[in-house]
Amino acid sequence: MVVCTGCSLLCEDIELVLKDGTISQAKNLCRKGHAHFQALFIERTRPMIDGREVSLDQAISKAAEILKSAKSPLFYGWSNSTLEAQAAGIDLARRLGATIDDTSSFCQGILMELVLTGKVPTCTLDDVRNFADTSVFWGADPSNSHPRHLSRFAYYPRGEKRQKSYEEERICIAVDVRKSATARLCSNYYFRVPPGQDAEFIESILAVLDGKIPRFGDKKRMIELGTVLRKTEYGVIFPGLGMVYSLQEKMDLLVRLVAKLNEITTFMVLPMVDHYNMRGFNQLLLDETGFINRVSFQGGTTVHGPEQSVMAAAKSCDAALVIGSDPLSALPFGTARALAKTSLIAIDPRRSLTTDAAKVVIPSAMYGLEAGGTSLRLDGVKIEFEPFFKSELLSDEQILAKIKEAI
Amino acid sequence: MVSAMEIYQLLPREACKECGYTSCMALAVALLNREKKLEDCPSLLNPKYLEKFKKLKELLAPLEKASETGLIIHPEKCFGCGNCVVACPVNVAAEPTRCAVGLGPQGDRVILAVEDGVVKCMNIKECKRFGPNRVLCNACTVTCPSQAIEFV
Ligand code: SF4
Repeated sequence: MVVCTGCSLLCEDIELVLKDGTISQAKNLCRKGHAHFQALFIERTRPMIDGREVSLDQAISKAAEILKSAKSPLFYGWSNSTLEAQAAGIDLARRLGATIDDTSSFCQGILMELVLTGKVPTCTLDDVRNFADTSVFWGADPSNSHPRHLSRFAYYPRGEKRQKSYEEERICIAVDVRKSATARLCSNYYFRVPPGQDAEFIESILAVLDGKIPRFGDKKRMIELGTVLRKTEYGVIFPGLGMVYSLQEKMDLLVRLVAKLNEITTFMVLPMVDHYNMRGFNQLLLDETGFINRVSFQGGTTVHGPEQSVMAAAKSCDAALVIGSDPLSALPFGTARALAKTSLIAIDPRRSLTTDAAKVVIPSAMYGLEAGGTSLRLDGVKIEFEPFFKSELLSDEQILAKIKEAI
Repeated sequence: MVSAMEIYQLLPREACKECGYTSCMALAVALLNREKKLEDCPSLLNPKYLEKFKKLKELLAPLEKASETGLIIHPEKCFGCGNCVVACPVNVAAEPTRCAVGLGPQGDRVILAVEDGVVKCMNIKECKRFGPNRVLCNACTVTCPSQAIEFV
């Protein structure tokens, strides 16, 4: 059995057959996971300095040299690395007085902080399968982002207390700006909220739960939603990026809604983290520093704030180490341009815009197939995995150890 | 998906009963269920109906891909989410410790399984829609987020 690192569900029931150096058969792997693993066989990175192919040792010593002479290095990425690599990265950042941040900084970080610091109650996906009768996908479309979410946990499987599952005992609610693939499965429990109006939607639910007339949305439908939520025995809200970007600094509304729901019944929150080990990095950094992301160790102190986010630090750093991520494609143009202009070191199994622009490229093994380790699933459950086959390539933590040694 | 009415409208509608049915609509339904072939309608073979014959051939072509139970899978639309694998009552009965609780199947007694990122269909005779005692189960189509499975 292989563990898929295609998304944060870390599916553990994958069976692969390797033939002539490629995957000839993959069982139980969804389309996203299949594409993720197949991608391994195209456009692999090679060790490079300034666009010239070099030996791995040369690339590693060059990276060490850049980081050693940098005054304010930035470490970024981490969500696609194991806990072992993340721990090595945090340790190296501390030693070098670097700023460290991950992809949660501009996506789900704000939600993850609420969960990891206990401001909203949470549960595991196994609890969802065994007990949940209402799942609310809010600004999230798992059918596309986490394809097996509904079949493994939220809607279709039979659980300890949910033997009749989707036929009689489970309800899925979708709150989204459009009728997504997931919303289509929720039949009459799809609630359309125009972009940026989630706060009003929450206030309306709160009003309905208090027995007042809702001011936003179709009154009849809102009252219907209130009744479903009230009747729930064990509910779970799965907020996605849509909710985060819409609520922004009004996230306390979600906290209020969850508190209110918990006065009536049981309601949990599980953020729909995308990258397979983003939660792992947030948890490790929280345990080490008290903050889930955006930390600077400069001058031996620990500073946290917007200035330490990748967006700001990209503009002030003099070297950047990017691991398992492609910020040049994903981040706003200003940040991407700033990163491309610094001395950029990219550690990645595959070619990307970031590796193309990097001064130093260090190829790494792909987790799940070529390297093993431990990761936290989106619900915080530790998943351990072995490499599917042996590879000459070094894993992220081995590369970081070599850089540390060279420094 | 094509309807019996669309087929009916393209038939000669001469009510000759040569096909063995009492009405042309009955033949249209039989064509849809793949119990009869276009050639079973002798009037349709008349050259004056050549255009209609060609159109009907085109219309019925996708049905040829369907399994005995009328199940058609469009792999290009499938997400490989496994909703159908977990919802199918035959799968659940075949693998109560796996499909029933959301895991992919391990044995070979299931009807639906995800392979290479998309759903595959096997053991079709086990499907509840098969045989004389068939029931119109639709667990796999209603749970599909992308309309990748349908019945004719
Ligand atoms: S749902 Fe996610 S972890 Fe599971 S097989 Fe698909 S991509 Fe991989």
